[in-house]
Amino acid sequence: MTGRDHPLARAEPLLLIAIGGFVGATLRYAISTALPGGFPWGTLTVNVLGSFALGLLLYEAHLTDLLSAETRLILGTGLLSSFTTYSTFAVETATLDPAMAVLNVGANYALGFLAVVGARAVTRGSLP
Amino acid sequence: MTSPAVLVGVGGVLGAIARHLVGARIETDNADTFAVNVLGSVALGLLVTVPLDAQLAFVFATGFCGAFTTFSSFAFETVRLYETGHRRRAVTNAAGSLAAALVGVALGAGLGSVLAGAM
Repeated sequence: MTGRDHPLARAEPLLLIAIGGFVGATLRYAISTALPGGFPWGTLTVNVLGSFALGLLLYEAHLTDLLSAETRLILGTGLLSSFTTYSTFAVETATLDPAMAVLNVGANYALGFLAVVGARAVTRGSLP
Repeated sequence: MTSPAVLVGVGGVLGAIARHLVGARIETDNADTFAVNVLGSVALGLLVTVPLDAQLAFVFATGFCGAFTTFSSFAFETVRLYETGHRRRAVTNAAGSLAAALVGVALGAGLGSVLAGAM
């Protein structure tokens, strides 16, 4: 049993995702506890930063194939997808008063989409 | 007591692997991301409603549910839909994810209240 047939080769993607998931969730927690309360600043921050970083990663992969499949798996599926969160955003929105809830949705959506578009611009601008 | 960061990290490992195992991939087809985000919102709505040990809350609420669901994939896929000409699907995905996740939170919280009452 060698190469791709080996059980370790099949386990490897899960291991990469696990490492990314640990780092991503821990970073999200660290940022949330470092920021002031009253408004869900932590979730907004990780969602916008993570959307920008995922935009860089995926547009780069789309455009140049510079990154290996393993790198995309550990950073995209593992780290960034675990760093950002939709469920916490939804629960926080549900618990805010209506005006703040609208502000929270508007900020996460507008800044999150802008982050992806910004990442695309940065990626294209950086190409030769 | 184990450090909260480690507990959140362990939950993050489980959430990321669970998301991968249910087949969620980052791509322009957004159905998987929609599914994990709504399911995770139901679960988190439930977990924040039932009385939960602080350590378990770090693992399953902040760690697992936080990592199982994803905002970055949602944002990327929505922008990709829009820029590849599927503008109506992009808007539907953005609005539909929010509506379904909020309904999910309410369902989870309702279920949690019933469970908490039975405890």
